[in-house]
This record gives sequence, C-alpha cells and structure tokens, in this order.
Amino acid sequence: MPSTPSMPETGTAEPVLEVRDLAKHYPLTRGVLVKRRIGAVRAVDTVSFALRRGETLGIVGESGCGKSTVAKLLVSLERPTAGTIHYRGEDIAGLSGRALRAVRRNIQMVFQDPYTSLNPRMTVGDIIGEPFEIHPEVAPKGDRRRTVQDLLDVVGLNPEHINRYPHQFSGGQRQRIGIARGLALRPEIIVADEPVSALDVSVQAQVVNLMEGLQDEFNLSYIFIAHDLSVVRHISDRVAVMYLGRFAETGTGREIYDHPTHPYTQALLSAVPVPDPGARTRRERILLTGDVPSPANPPSGCRFRTRCWKAQERCAAEVPVLAVPPGLAGAAAHASACHFAEERAEVSA
Amino acid sequence: MAARLLDVRDLRVEFRTRDGIAEAVGGVSYAVEAGQTLAVLGESGSGKSVTAQAIMGILDSPPGRITGGQVLFQGRDLLTMGAEERRRIRGAALAMIFQDALSALNPVIPVGAQLAEMYEVHRGMSRKDARGRAVELMDRVRIPAAGQRAGDYPHQFSGGMRQRIMIAMAMALEPDLIIADEPTTALDVTVQAQVMELLAELRREYAMGLVLITHDLGVVADVADTIAVMYAGRIVETAPVRDLYRRPAHPYTRGLLDSVPRVDHGGGQARRGHGEHGRHGSHGGHRGGKLYAIKGAPPSPLALPPGCPFHPRCPRAQEVCRVERPPLYEVSAAGEGPASGTAPASGTAPAAGGRTSACHFWKDELDALDAVNA
Repeated sequence: MPSTPSMPETGTAEPVLEVRDLAKHYPLTRGVLVKRRIGAVRAVDTVSFALRRGETLGIVGESGCGKSTVAKLLVSLERPTAGTIHYRGEDIAGLSGRALRAVRRNIQMVFQDPYTSLNPRMTVGDIIGEPFEIHPEVAPKGDRRRTVQDLLDVVGLNPEHINRYPHQFSGGQRQRIGIARGLALRPEIIVADEPVSALDVSVQAQVVNLMEGLQDEFNLSYIFIAHDLSVVRHISDRVAVMYLGRFAETGTGREIYDHPTHPYTQALLSAVPVPDPGARTRRERILLTGDVPSPANPPSGCRFRTRCWKAQERCAAEVPVLAVPPGLAGAAAHASACHFAEERAEVSA
Repeated sequence: MAARLLDVRDLRVEFRTRDGIAEAVGGVSYAVEAGQTLAVLGESGSGKSVTAQAIMGILDSPPGRITGGQVLFQGRDLLTMGAEERRRIRGAALAMIFQDALSALNPVIPVGAQLAEMYEVHRGMSRKDARGRAVELMDRVRIPAAGQRAGDYPHQFSGGMRQRIMIAMAMALEPDLIIADEPTTALDVTVQAQVMELLAELRREYAMGLVLITHDLGVVADVADTIAVMYAGRIVETAPVRDLYRRPAHPYTRGLLDSVPRVDHGGGQARRGHGEHGRHGSHGGHRGGKLYAIKGAPPSPLALPPGCPFHPRCPRAQEVCRVERPPLYEVSAAGEGPASGTAPASGTAPAAGGRTSACHFWKDELDALDAVNA
C-alpha cells in the first residue's frame, strides 16, 4: 500500500494521536453455508493524520464516505485491515484485553443519536457512572455519586436529576448526558460522530458552545465528524474532506473553506445553502452529476474522477497523492489530492 | 382579486393523547399565490408537518382532529368537501412530496408501475399508454436510462434518485400546488442541491405554487418568496424572504438566524446585539467565537406556556408576555405606526409582500436591530 504523507500540522503542541495508512475493508461474501469471498467494501482506504493536544480536527464528507468507520477504528470498535494508530507512541491498532482497556479510557466517543445511545432502562446516574464499573481506579466507589453529580453540573444539567431516566429529558439534554458519559473517565481525546445533527437548530448552538467550553476547560482534543460543513467550520482548527474512503483535501479551516483547491471540496462548498437571500446571485453553484460510486468497486486512479468536470486520462491511470500541489502559494498551498489542483476564486464561500 | 391558490385560515388541530389534549396547530393562517413559493420554517414539533397533513387530508385521526378553521383551495373549502370530491382534487390539482421516499414509495411495486397508476386512475389511460407516460416523466426528472429503470424497485435507487421519483409522482398530473415536506433533509448536500434545482426548475416551468416545509434556514433563503416561521403550533412571523433575513421582527426568528454557523463566514462571525444578552465577546482561542444560543428547549404541546409560547426562552420577555398571548400584528415600514403594534391582523394571511409578527414588542425588536446595524 502506498504511503501517504500525514496532514500538515499547525501549532506547537505534540501530537496525541497519529494515524498512518489506516484502512478498513469489509469482506463481501456470497453463499449461505459455504461463504465465498467475492470482494470487499473499501470503507476506509489509506487515511493518515495527526491530532494535537487541545485541537479539533473536523472530518467532513457525504454519507458513505467512511467518516463514521474512521471514528469506530479510532475507539477500537472495529479492527483496521491495515495501518497504525499511535497513541502516546504506542500502536493501539493491535491491542486487546487489559492493554486495550487502558487505552480506551483516554479515547472516548460521543454518538450521533441521543435517543438510541442511552439505555432507556437505566437512570442518568447509572449511565454516566457505568464507565467507573470498568475503570474503578478513576473514581473510588464511595465517591461515585458525587463525581456523577459534578459531571452533570459540568455539562449544564441539574445534579438533582441524577435519578431520572433518559425519556424525561429533551434531545439537547440527552446529548449533554452522552457528553457527560464521554467525559467521565477524563479522557484526552473525544471522538464525536455527528454529535449535533439530530438536534434542532436552536439547540445545536447550545451543544456546540458546550463542547467548545469543555475543550478549553479540560484541554481535550476532538475528532469532530459531521456532514454539516458550517458546523465543522465553526468548531474545527483543521479540516479533512473525505470522499469514498480517502481524504481529498486537508488544511486549516481558512485554507479549506476560503481557498479550496480540490474540485470535490469546491463543489461541496458551493452546494451548501447559505441563510442569506442575497447570496444566491453572488455565489456560483457547481452542480455535480450522478451519485457517489460504490465503495465496493471504486473508480481507478482518482476516486472523484467519475463526477469531476476536470477529469482527464491521467486521473483514471494515476492515484493522486495527498500532498501540497506544486505551484500553489499562500493559503492555497495545503494538501490536496488532485492532479489539477487550483483555486477557483468565485467558489470560495 | 381572484381567489388565492391556497388560503389557510385559522386552522386548528389537536391530538387527544393519554396524557391530555395536545394543541399541535393553534390557529395557523397562510396563503400561497399561483407561481409563488411559501416556505414554512420551524423546528420539530412546531406543527409545520401537521398543518400540511391537515391540508392534504391525510391527518391520522384519531388521534388527530381538526377543530377549526378553513382550507380554501382555489376558493373552495377542502375541509367541508365530500371525500370523493376531495380525492379528485388530491393528486390532480394538489400533490405532496414526502421527506422519506423509501417509506413513501411501495417497496413491492416497480417505480414505473407506481407512476403509471396516477394516469390510469386519474386519467383513465390504458396500461400501455400510462407506462409510456411514466417513462417520459422519469426522463423529465433526469433519471438516467429511464426506459430500463422503470421496472426497478424503489430499493434499487439511490436516495437522490428516489426523491426524483417522488417529485415525478407529484408532478405527474401537473398540479397547481405542491406541498413538499422536508424534501431534501435526508439527502447529502451535493444531491440536495441537484434536487432543489430540479424542483425550482419544474415549478417555474409549470407555474405551480409550492409550499416548502423545512427546518433549514439555508435551503429556504435560496428558493422562497415568502416565509412563515412557526413555533409551538403557531405562526410567529410572516415576511417576504429578504425582509425576514435582513430585519426579523420576532425574537425567535432572530435567535434562529443568529444561532446557525455560516459556511461563508470565517472567524469573528458578525453578531448582532441580543436584548439584554448583549454582544458575545470572542471566545478564548476558538475559531468561530461563541455561537448565539436560544436558551432552553421548545415547549411540549401538552403544556404550552401561558401568554406568548416563546416567553420562557425570550431575551425580551416582559410581564405582558407571560399573561397575554400576542396576536399577529401587522408590521409596517420602519418609523410608522404606534410604538408597539398596530391593529392586530385578523385570522387571514397577509397580502403578498405584507408582514406580520406575533410579538408584543416587534417594533422594539426592529429598532434594536437597526441600532446595531447603524
């Protein structure tokens, strides 16, 4: 597998997580009794990045691009087919048992749907306190109730509601409970998979603000996965745009949103509706044709070429590397996996 | 003036549940003229979809019940019409597009046959002719290789293609009005843009009226002529699209507009002063600064607060808001009219270009905005 360079790094803090050539292929089988392997869904295919302490890395992409699979790989809910995930210098991709449990304490997850990710038959206190059953060293038994109440307070819920059940809370409050559970073990990294997309607009802002506040308070590093480009821009230091299992373009928020060089990023940004009626005349819209190809049978070369207006023969033959394209300067000089990467002044939002 | 295409007047719907009576729609009035797009904007539970179901006559009853109001379609009240007469209008003159095409289409019948059924039932066409029209229609909504795909089942299409089939079905008999309930919410942004473009193009071509129900402030800005904002089963503001975004006359609308992060604004997003909340300073080290957030959550329709239903979340709330439910005031141009509100609008929707706001202090809200913008 070709090695791709990791993302350009900003800031000076040391990386807490380094991912190199990560891949996850799900086998496709046929037959009931004798299962024959007929192919694989390449959900994630050689993705590399580094996450620094206290920063937020946003991963955006459309449904099926593999962003949720990346999340599952990072918290070891899935085993990678290939590649390494280094946490504090140790490859955690192959760990199991006690060693894995120790690492998991530091990498926690917040799920998308606050209606299904909380057990309806457990009280809020039991839900948030459950991590302590597995990691008793974090909170001694006698102290747990108070620790849970502190956590409720931290996420802006009433500590007296510790004995209530999830159905007694609204969607936004449930997501706060999910965040409190993620915080319980005082992790260094939180992987949030679409944490606000199930919430109403007026409640989304509350949860985004809460996550930003907690990050400052506990010096957390976030992997923030979402399909909503506006929310990702707001919360992220660096952004990776994902398409069909690979990163198409990576850079700081300003580089990606104001100076995109990959055609897919440009099309994606131009398609985002903006709440400003005057904008419809100012912004040019790139309408992509067709749908995302199946990850079981991705196009050769560049994966975006089947929908790209710039595609040439070279795009079918040669896989573009995620690197800073030569000849680009300033904010446009960031990693972009396109043979013909260039800025389009009129599409930068 | 000729009768409006659709004129909903003081519509009321309630749901009888085990926990009591939920007032899902509490006196909604809106109107659409031929060839115009009305966007109904609201969060989940605001009653926007229930209103549409009541108009279409597909409200689940029980538990739902229409307790008052009129739905005038081309001058005739749909609610008092006989079932058979209403059925002839529905589909032929009034059609609906649903959010989830996979559950709205029949999974065991090929899509071509489902489309053809429209022509067989409403136009009495032969099966063969109807099939031909169905393929033409699929071609019209740009489904590639329509002839071959007419025999496919809904699950064999992608989400965007299924939504095109839904649109094709709604367009089949060239209706005068289409109600689209969150037509692109389940789709990815690039596909969403394709589908909205198609819908807008077809609407122009056939000069149809469109009611677009959505929670997405961005989608609405691009296509709507008029916007009606709903909250807790009521319309809180109606305005032409540009006025609503530039000078919202209700604190809820303004809160919504300010709480969405913008993809076209980087750090230091422009913030407008918010009543006593004042300006939010930039937030330590964070990219976009702190977002404005409306406090609290929408109320349960089983227990609506007295007075203005928004008052527990409103930065502008006064004593009168807790006691007196604000009527829909007519919003006049800046500088005119008395300090707080003019004569309340009656139970009809404002004329095209008119504005209404259900806030006792809409004038103060506008003045505060102008002061910040000045």
